[in-house]
Amino acid sequence: MLDSAVRTRSVREPAARKDRPWTARVRSAVGYALLCLVALAFLSPLVYMLATSFKPPADIFSIPPTLLGSEFRWQNYQEALNYMPFLRFMGNGVLVSAAGTALSLVVSSLSGYAFSRLRWRGRNLTFMVFLATLMIPQEVLIVPMFVMMQQVKWVNTFQALIVPWAFTAFGAFMLRQFFLGVPQELDDAARVDGAGTVRTFLLVMLPLARPTLAVLAVFSFINYWNSFLWPLVVINDVNNLGTIPLGLQMFFGQQGEQWHLVMAASVVSMVPTLVLLVLLQRHLIKGIVTSGLGGR
Amino acid sequence: MTLLKSSQAAKAPRSAAGRASSSSSAAAPVRARKTFWGPAFAAPHGVGLAIFTLAPIAFSLAISLYRWPLLGAPTFLGLGNYQRLFSDPIFGQVVWNTVLFVVLYVPLNLVVSLGLAAWLTPRIKGRHIFRVIFFIPSITPIVANVVVWRMLYQPSGFIDGISQAATGIHAPNFLGDEHWAMLAIVAMSVWQGFGYNMLVFSAALDAVPENLAEAAAIDGANAWTVFWRIKLKLISPSIFFATMMTLITSFQVFAQPFILTKGGPGSSTSTIVLYIYNQGFQFHQLGLASAAAWVLFVIILGVTAVQFIGQKRWVHYDA
Repeated sequence: MLDSAVRTRSVREPAARKDRPWTARVRSAVGYALLCLVALAFLSPLVYMLATSFKPPADIFSIPPTLLGSEFRWQNYQEALNYMPFLRFMGNGVLVSAAGTALSLVVSSLSGYAFSRLRWRGRNLTFMVFLATLMIPQEVLIVPMFVMMQQVKWVNTFQALIVPWAFTAFGAFMLRQFFLGVPQELDDAARVDGAGTVRTFLLVMLPLARPTLAVLAVFSFINYWNSFLWPLVVINDVNNLGTIPLGLQMFFGQQGEQWHLVMAASVVSMVPTLVLLVLLQRHLIKGIVTSGLGGR
Repeated sequence: MTLLKSSQAAKAPRSAAGRASSSSSAAAPVRARKTFWGPAFAAPHGVGLAIFTLAPIAFSLAISLYRWPLLGAPTFLGLGNYQRLFSDPIFGQVVWNTVLFVVLYVPLNLVVSLGLAAWLTPRIKGRHIFRVIFFIPSITPIVANVVVWRMLYQPSGFIDGISQAATGIHAPNFLGDEHWAMLAIVAMSVWQGFGYNMLVFSAALDAVPENLAEAAAIDGANAWTVFWRIKLKLISPSIFFATMMTLITSFQVFAQPFILTKGGPGSSTSTIVLYIYNQGFQFHQLGLASAAAWVLFVIILGVTAVQFIGQKRWVHYDA
């Protein structure tokens, strides 16, 4: 439905444009210029961050604010990276995010399948319980989760960052939606070919679900990567176990007045997610559009 | 309960079910297979949710009834923590600040995201690029976003610098002045947060059938009326959903006040989650922190319930 609406519009558009009088064209040009201005203003904090990250300290608070300092200092990045191991934070982030995402995808695809294609007693009730857990804010769970981590001696470990948040019902919800749309004939065909439930799931259903799994993977990864409050609570040894947000927070706490270094560190912190955004924008936007939930 | 049951069912002897499913395609074995595999597939996720969400939420209620230090033995207090919360003027202020943030942030977020979604019609060239641009801060680490804004708000930082260059007058000390601090936090939060809603609204507007708007235009409605009277009504389910999500997440605001102001000046920008963090992990009073978390949870549930009851008046699912 969405596709068809977009298509009819783009088919009609060229004809409509030719007929438009010049006043309308001027108006739309002005509107477009205005939109570009808004986008520029919106981006200005990030531009300012990038500009500051290359300035020598003396030029940071120049009035009026300038784009370029008196010299172009790559060393700011070197200094920031020397002061704190941001590359290790990135490695930690990749490890934690990848492991958490993998775990989450495995359990969610299994349960999403169970809630859609398999029939069993208590299915709907269990699914309602799953959905209800989406209402519980992470913040309410922080304290008891911390006490639980103390009990199992997981405070200050990677598994404390990975395991507790891998079971969000969001993935089950999205995959269920997807599996519900798969025609029943595919199951039947697989069954006729002699495949049982497990093989049907692994060889027929999972490959079909790849686009949805990709969307989920991106969201889960970014959520883990950007997570802040829980790592702040459960990780004390930031230098060794920290992730990017934690490291940046500590860097800011210690070097807060060294804005050129703080901005360099901020740029470094943003780059991985920006790369993901540029590479996977279609997946991301599709995921937000179909679920409306995304990374929140 | 159901979760427990399904996990027990998952432990049912595998051989029996396996034999049933492989024997033949008669009706009875198929049913046996169906009842066995469902719980088995749901079990890993269900058990995980039970351990890491359902158990903690119950446990949290228990903790809130104790004096529970970070280290050492807890002592039972009954409702003592709640009594303390409700008689603590700081907690009152913290709840008020959070409500103020929500009341300012949610409408602003919705207006900005809806406005930009309506602006970025499929006619706009490079629409896709604009959408990606406005989405950037939603995806970069919130800590990095906040740190950047900390510098923008700094005296003689970006905003003050522009103000001085343009008018010769110092901009207010946004983060140090209690009249400005909350507004500064709200502005930063809107900048970083509206991208999600913009994308949701944009997709919803794309899905509005073109012929409806055309029919209205033939009837003499201008673009403005078409938007307000027709499109807005048709996308009301999306607006409802976005409002819900934005409300829920905005009650949980933490990183912005934590890094921009530390809750100050005074406690004029301290929020409930900041209070939970401070009481729990700075002052080591996990019981009190849990009680505050439960107050937050109840507030969120209440607001959500009100939303659900109120939706009948303005959300149209019939289209």
